[in-house]
Amino acid sequence: MRRWADWLAPALVGLLVLGGWEAAVRLLEVPAYQVPGPVAIARALVEDWPLFRSSMLVTLKIALLALLLAVTLGGLLAVLFAQSRWVERAFFPYAVVLQVTPVVAIAPLILIWVDDVTISLLICAWIVAFFPILSNTVLGLNSADRNHVELFRLYGATRWQTLWLLRLPGALPFFLAGLRVAGGLALIGAVVAEFVAGAGGTGSGLAFRILEAGYQLKIPRMFAALALISALGIAIFAVLGLVQHLLLRRWHESAMRPEG
Amino acid sequence: MTLVALDGVGKRFASGTEALRGVDLRIEAGEFLSLLGPSGCGKSTLLRLIAGLAEPSEGRIERAASRQVGFVFQEATLLPWSDAITNVRLPLRLAGMARAEQEARAAAALAQVGLGGFERAYPRELSGGMRMRVSIARALVTRPSLLLMDEPFAALDELTRHRLNDDLLALWVGSGVTVVFVTHSVFESVYLSSRILVMAARPGRIAAEVRVEEAAPRPEGFRTSAGYAALCRRTTEALEEAMRA
Repeated sequence: MRRWADWLAPALVGLLVLGGWEAAVRLLEVPAYQVPGPVAIARALVEDWPLFRSSMLVTLKIALLALLLAVTLGGLLAVLFAQSRWVERAFFPYAVVLQVTPVVAIAPLILIWVDDVTISLLICAWIVAFFPILSNTVLGLNSADRNHVELFRLYGATRWQTLWLLRLPGALPFFLAGLRVAGGLALIGAVVAEFVAGAGGTGSGLAFRILEAGYQLKIPRMFAALALISALGIAIFAVLGLVQHLLLRRWHESAMRPEG
Repeated sequence: MTLVALDGVGKRFASGTEALRGVDLRIEAGEFLSLLGPSGCGKSTLLRLIAGLAEPSEGRIERAASRQVGFVFQEATLLPWSDAITNVRLPLRLAGMARAEQEARAAAALAQVGLGGFERAYPRELSGGMRMRVSIARALVTRPSLLLMDEPFAALDELTRHRLNDDLLALWVGSGVTVVFVTHSVFESVYLSSRILVMAARPGRIAAEVRVEEAAPRPEGFRTSAGYAALCRRTTEALEEAMRA
């Protein structure tokens, strides 16, 4: 009953907003090149579906590859940082510098230095996505319970055993929380980089479809591309949420259903 | 046989606090020794020194070579992401034992603490008392000659504590393991121990010794017997004197 309401309530709100929007556009006779109604947007989406589909796959590919890179490099760096305070102190500030520099400002440089557009997009998206994974995982690796650490010491655990059996599993909830943030950021990074690159052609992503539609004043198409980007973001968030739930449901507070 | 011998042991923390001074102690094989004292008297520190988790700043600690130690913390200290049997076999896993043997011995240890059938339960799914039993099983799985327990039942309700006390005594009698048990409860120490060391604070030291000659496991009704009451009174007096000193 509760779960049913969880779906129904937001769906109703969505329908009401869309209906109101369509009604307002029709009643006030707003031209489609200013604000298109949901019906016009849906029509644009259906008409240009093959183009949108390939663009969506391009953007999704960049975002997922960037996320994969962020997980691998962010995770490895975090393990390295956790091995020694000295390494962490020496390198962490540079990770912060990379994080706080706006990707819009770095993207043009990367596009100049790297010939392949796909690879430069990937680098931009990676820069945005990797920091939450790195910082969360470092925090998680350093949060091992003191008594657990003593227990491992008492039974003569090696450094490797302590990492593998204690620190890594303990860091998992932190890592997964970082991963959910990074998933959204990878998509944002990919879209921003595409905007900066502005590269056309068949192999271009959703951001370029927005630019292109804007030049041609095909506003419903702009909205359609925008809706697809949101949908991608929601899908990535939902999938990562499911991964989080499946990995933690047996033992972590965050994934427990309240009883009774 | 003496398992662990402490001579003039003192412990001063980096902060300058003197936690222990001049502790002489012999832990004899087969005894159930309680360290009883108010909080802050250094009894947990003493236990950690015995375990080898900390080094003394003064004096010497000698250990029998054959000694294998099991340690039970104040909290169950289980790994929340592992089920009961995986938690119990952790010490064997760290020692590099073959998987099949780990499983067999961990299952036996769980059965020994009365948790047969709960191998696949996660710590979250168990009650506080059951979690503590898993923790004890983990300490027993290496078949230690010395079992060190740091106020293991302090967080449990009284009924659960009484049951665990009885089971611990049965286990002690059955296995011949030597136990060093830290507690702040006079009643618990008298009920469990063959010897009680009463500790005083600031700096932590051993103030008195009480011997309990009653057979273990304790006879039915021991908790309400006159002998038990007399021992509790004696121990309480020793504790009060230690706190005044």
